[in-house]
Amino acid sequence: MLLQQLVNGLTLGAVYTLVALGFSLVMGVLGILNLAVAELFMLGGYVGLTLMLDGQPLLVGLGAAALFTGLLGVVVERVAYQPLRHAPPIAPLLSTLGFSVIFQTVATNVWGSDPLLLPPELMDARYQLGSVSVGQAQLVVMATAVGLVVGLALVMRHTRFGTGLRAIAENRDVARLLGVPAPLVTSGAFALSGAMAGVAGVLIGLHYGALTPFVGVEVGLKAIAVMVVGGTTSIWGVLLAGPLLGVLEVMTVAFGGAAFRDMTVYGLMILTLLLRPQGLLGRAGGAQRV
Amino acid sequence: MSLLSLSGVTCRFGGITALNNLSLDLPAGAITGVIGPNGAGKTTLFNCITGAYRPSEGEIRLRGESLLGMPPHRIARRGIARTFQNIRLFPSMTVWEHLMVVQRGGGLRAALAPLGLSGPAPRHRAEQALERFGLAPFRDRLATTLPYGVMRRVELARALTAEPALLLLDEPVAGMNHEEAAGVASLLQGLVADGLTLLLIEHDMGFVEQLCQRVHVLDFGTLIASGTPAEIRRNPAVIDAYLGVEA
Repeated sequence: MLLQQLVNGLTLGAVYTLVALGFSLVMGVLGILNLAVAELFMLGGYVGLTLMLDGQPLLVGLGAAALFTGLLGVVVERVAYQPLRHAPPIAPLLSTLGFSVIFQTVATNVWGSDPLLLPPELMDARYQLGSVSVGQAQLVVMATAVGLVVGLALVMRHTRFGTGLRAIAENRDVARLLGVPAPLVTSGAFALSGAMAGVAGVLIGLHYGALTPFVGVEVGLKAIAVMVVGGTTSIWGVLLAGPLLGVLEVMTVAFGGAAFRDMTVYGLMILTLLLRPQGLLGRAGGAQRV
Repeated sequence: MSLLSLSGVTCRFGGITALNNLSLDLPAGAITGVIGPNGAGKTTLFNCITGAYRPSEGEIRLRGESLLGMPPHRIARRGIARTFQNIRLFPSMTVWEHLMVVQRGGGLRAALAPLGLSGPAPRHRAEQALERFGLAPFRDRLATTLPYGVMRRVELARALTAEPALLLLDEPVAGMNHEEAAGVASLLQGLVADGLTLLLIEHDMGFVEQLCQRVHVLDFGTLIASGTPAEIRRNPAVIDAYLGVEA
């Protein structure tokens, strides 16, 4: 039972991790919270699952979701961030909030507010590993998440885009003097952030077997808690906090009751802010930029 | 033949005129010095050249091409690099990564290519810089954990990895002892021998005399004198404003 819950929690945590990385990509570089990420997560889910319900294979669904929300991420950057980049940080925060409300409204009108249910036979294979039963969908979720995280780490460390992005995050002015095209790299960060969230949206739909236009608020915003607990300046922190909060949530529901579910997650976020403001693995002294 | 030319450059911030109608030419392949008291506008001059600030008036040309309104990364790719008075390194990066940040070629394809596959050129340049500045032993160390003198060399190596035509140096020997400064001086002379043009801000007049063919003196944003170091030493206006009367 405990082991089974652990697997379920890790699956949920994998999704949290991806969305949290989507938030922290933009947060790390620009110091702003792009709230639209939560709804790009939801939109990606709808785009990918709609295609899969149409009979397209998983990879097409994931790819289309990534492409769609990646492009929308750039739109968000051009409209909600670029014109406001010299304004106080609250301005882009509010304009991305505006975008997320619009995205949610559009999704409600296009797909309806009733849950989009996946047919039970979609990815219904189960594998028995000792006492633990793992669903095909859970395996897909975890494998995709691990693959994306590894891919992101490689991109950040070994490509010009990645090193440029890290340089901009540390010192934008110096990075530009070294020839890093800051505007292009910034757009790239928004695109990558949107694409990660979009793929995570497909995964959450597969995990729950359903999707609603409100999943961005329910699940996507929890990724902010993950980012805060892990530390906004640390990708490794997010990789630790994502699974941790996923497991914590599932355990809370299993042993404490569903009513406490969100309380533990957001409670841990508040505790982190109070007791360890730099996050679990954040650099000491580097206060979080929320 | 001048590499960089400024004509009538004025830079104002609110009511303050940081640079006032400044005109000067940098001859290619030479070391030019800029001296002056604190707040004279020396660093502002650097910021105007690199595109960090946009002058209120005037023109700045590199090889005849206007740099005004060009974003800093494009000016950098045209061949201008700089170092800072207070060292500015990236805290989370190793020495090697500092050198790999430098970007010359453009395009999406180049941006997404793995560093190892983006052609041997960037890695080769970085390897050369490691050798030249004696940084090979520190290759995989976090740059900001290294001794001060080494950090200065990392900054210099990073600037040179871009293979600039013009290098702007803001007090490159600040905080160094005599021996270290002499090492930097011979290094800079070697770079100039290889065809690099240098513009140097420095307070150490001995260092300036040893290196610079030409010196410009700024005071309150205005150019008050230009000439060889010996001429500058004798210039009454300069002695008044900056050097003081020698005992």
